[in-house]
Amino acid sequence: MATREAIMHVFRGDAEGGAFREYRVPVEEGMVVLDVLHKIQATQANDLAIRWNCKAGKCGSCGAEVNGKPRLTCMTRMNLFPPDAPISVAPLRTFPIIRDLVTDVAFNFEMAKRIPYFQPRPPEADGTYRMMQEDIDRGQEFRKCIECFLCQNVCHVIRDHDEHKRGFAGPRFFIRLAELEMHPLDTLDRREMIRDVAGIGLCNITKCCTDVCPEHIHITDNAIIPLKERLVDKYYDPVLWLVRKLAGK
Amino acid sequence: MALAQHETHDYDVVVVGAGGAGLRAAIEASAQGARTALVCKSLVGKAHTVMAEGGIAAALGNVYPEDNWQVHFRDTMRGGKMLNNWRMAQLHAQESPDRVLELERWGALFDRTKDGRILQRDFGGHRYARLAHVGDRTGLEMIRTLQQQSVHRGIDVFMEYTIQRLLTDEGRISGAFGYHRPSGTFILFRSKAVVLATGGIGKAYAITSNSWEYTGDGHSLALWAGADLMDMEFVQFHPTGMVWPPSVRGILVTEGVRGDGGTLKNDKGERFMFRYIPEFFRAETAETEEEADRWYTDKKNARRTPDLLPRDEVARAINTEVKAGRGTPHGGVFLDIASRRSAEYIQRRLPSMYHQFKELADVDITREPMEVGPTCHYIMGGVRVDADSTASTVPGLFAAGEVAAGMHGANRLGGNSLSDLIVFGRRAGLYAAEYAKQVKGQPRVDDGQVAAIAREVLAPFERTGGENPYTIQRDLQEMMQGLVGIIRLEGELKEAVQRLEALKERARRVRVEGGRVYNPGWHLALDLGSLLTVSEAITLAALERRESRGGHTREDYPGPDSHFAKVNVVLRRSNGRMTLAQEPLLEMPPELKKLFEDK
Repeated sequence: MATREAIMHVFRGDAEGGAFREYRVPVEEGMVVLDVLHKIQATQANDLAIRWNCKAGKCGSCGAEVNGKPRLTCMTRMNLFPPDAPISVAPLRTFPIIRDLVTDVAFNFEMAKRIPYFQPRPPEADGTYRMMQEDIDRGQEFRKCIECFLCQNVCHVIRDHDEHKRGFAGPRFFIRLAELEMHPLDTLDRREMIRDVAGIGLCNITKCCTDVCPEHIHITDNAIIPLKERLVDKYYDPVLWLVRKLAGK
Repeated sequence: MALAQHETHDYDVVVVGAGGAGLRAAIEASAQGARTALVCKSLVGKAHTVMAEGGIAAALGNVYPEDNWQVHFRDTMRGGKMLNNWRMAQLHAQESPDRVLELERWGALFDRTKDGRILQRDFGGHRYARLAHVGDRTGLEMIRTLQQQSVHRGIDVFMEYTIQRLLTDEGRISGAFGYHRPSGTFILFRSKAVVLATGGIGKAYAITSNSWEYTGDGHSLALWAGADLMDMEFVQFHPTGMVWPPSVRGILVTEGVRGDGGTLKNDKGERFMFRYIPEFFRAETAETEEEADRWYTDKKNARRTPDLLPRDEVARAINTEVKAGRGTPHGGVFLDIASRRSAEYIQRRLPSMYHQFKELADVDITREPMEVGPTCHYIMGGVRVDADSTASTVPGLFAAGEVAAGMHGANRLGGNSLSDLIVFGRRAGLYAAEYAKQVKGQPRVDDGQVAAIAREVLAPFERTGGENPYTIQRDLQEMMQGLVGIIRLEGELKEAVQRLEALKERARRVRVEGGRVYNPGWHLALDLGSLLTVSEAITLAALERRESRGGHTREDYPGPDSHFAKVNVVLRRSNGRMTLAQEPLLEMPPELKKLFEDK
């Protein structure tokens, strides 16, 4: 790929308002969107606000909406886009904007505080634990999460309904809850919390979260649906319901 | 005055930095009952620890029951070319198994052996398979586990704050002053103790695995507050960074690739590492390809592959091969696992490497070799600390993790960083809390001192003319890469000293555009101060050490020297200038010395 010029439409602004501004940037082979943003920052707009760290898809800091699609800008290659069309880069829409491409993701850190912590059973006699690999494969899948919050950003329940933010944990924390529920050592029953505090009932499994996950975690199939099933087993089992009814509870 | 308007918080212990060491320190300080704040430049969970791939070195003995702390201690000291603080290396080897098991008690899910214990993998310089790991994303597992434990403990976290200066009162720590990156407003911590856990200095170099944050903040904060720095000449260039395409140059390729069977080759397909086995490691290194390959499954009768020599040896060898014209088209060497292990095995053991190459370089590592070359990865030098307590030479100031010196000597072994973070992070939190308990009342902070710092921080907005901070940073990085890189020479180092003076002058006139709200140009302009400080420290120390050892190679003094084998280079500040001294190593007790005689 020879050097070409990319036309970037980058959102500049804050809570008061803003607009897309055009920047033209020479693009070299292998560049990702974040490289182009860095180039703009170094040469044309020193104060362009971007959040980034590892530049290798491992920290989850640099999420933005590129041509309308939420992505990690460090893992989005420029050759994905047709060479002559402008590429738009906007902040994640679900979270309040701070400036330019940086948003206030505090909602997620607040939600994390509401997850009941890991409560392991006592260890073996030698003070350590035994776990079989096949029993932790699923948990390890969830722990690949890099907390980029793209799933939170696309989830309709959060994106389109501000009023739900208080009572809905969102996909990132459903996989955290699923991980704890499926942890071979954990002893706590979080089902009531998952229903009442995390609000899993509001999820109507459209799988938008799974689609944007850069770690390819099967959020809906492997975490949300099994959690919903566990709730059904506890609260909506017809036999148990009848037993409870007859026992007068 | 208006300039110095700030919010004020009182704490017993303020921890600066929220990677593995900072999180572990804050957890411990809080467990000891200290009022604890954790302050970090980025969001929590994004620190460089998250990039650590290979694993945590700990002599658990799950895979090789022969392993124990003495063997780990010996490997660490030999890897560090015997320049390590022996007591730190000892504590580290003794305590890291407990710290790993603690992570498991806090919910970490490590890969398992067949009988359900924590699995351990081979890594450079470690005699036995020793690294507890989760595929090739061990750092993520560590940081998330610690992050979740810190949330559970309710620790106060100040995210996206940069500490600009430590405050002292009659030579003791009294607090820290900084700014909030999202709003640009100031914050003052009045604190009895401060723990530095700020990581490294990678951003002083053009090719680095480090992110924007690693500008030597902690090193500089400590030096400015009167603390000693030590071993600053020892910078680790990790042998395997990506070299192509240009935009990913420097991104880390885990040593786990070689631990799991990958081998280095030049453009002739030759496994060149067999030609670079130093005398020091000859007795324990395989001589033939056959023996090296057999070693992966038979550690009793075969010796370790030279692909897994300590990082300094491998980085120098790659450098030499490329200079001799035997490199790849893009100026690296080949790292081949595709022809040696099955695609299924590679994808299971190295999933994030697979994705990284596939998505960023269009290379399928299960089918083709990778192209790799050295990248600035880690600094062994840092704040001089007491081994047991992590206390610096300034009362109330503690340091743990990469920012502290001593643990790794002249060269760090892979896997010994994550373990360092949790062993000494815990100790820093413990001893900082203990120190704080002895301090009566909240320390005094001098308002005049605070106002002066605030003025300095805002000065770049006032200037007209002057340069863009990005240009100065780029020139500094290229200068350090070229003149104070892997191979060093007196003339070049002296030139670097002069060039640094010019860069400092340019930095004094740096100008920023825009306002105070989330302005990366302003943040970089301020970070230039610490970048220049650590660059000067590295250059001066590199000039002083007239020998080659570990992460410091002098073309004009190619071998180790018996005089320099006995001293550390120590830097401190007096009358506004950096001064330098050679100070004797701590004497190792006889019972530990014996460990090096047997073999």
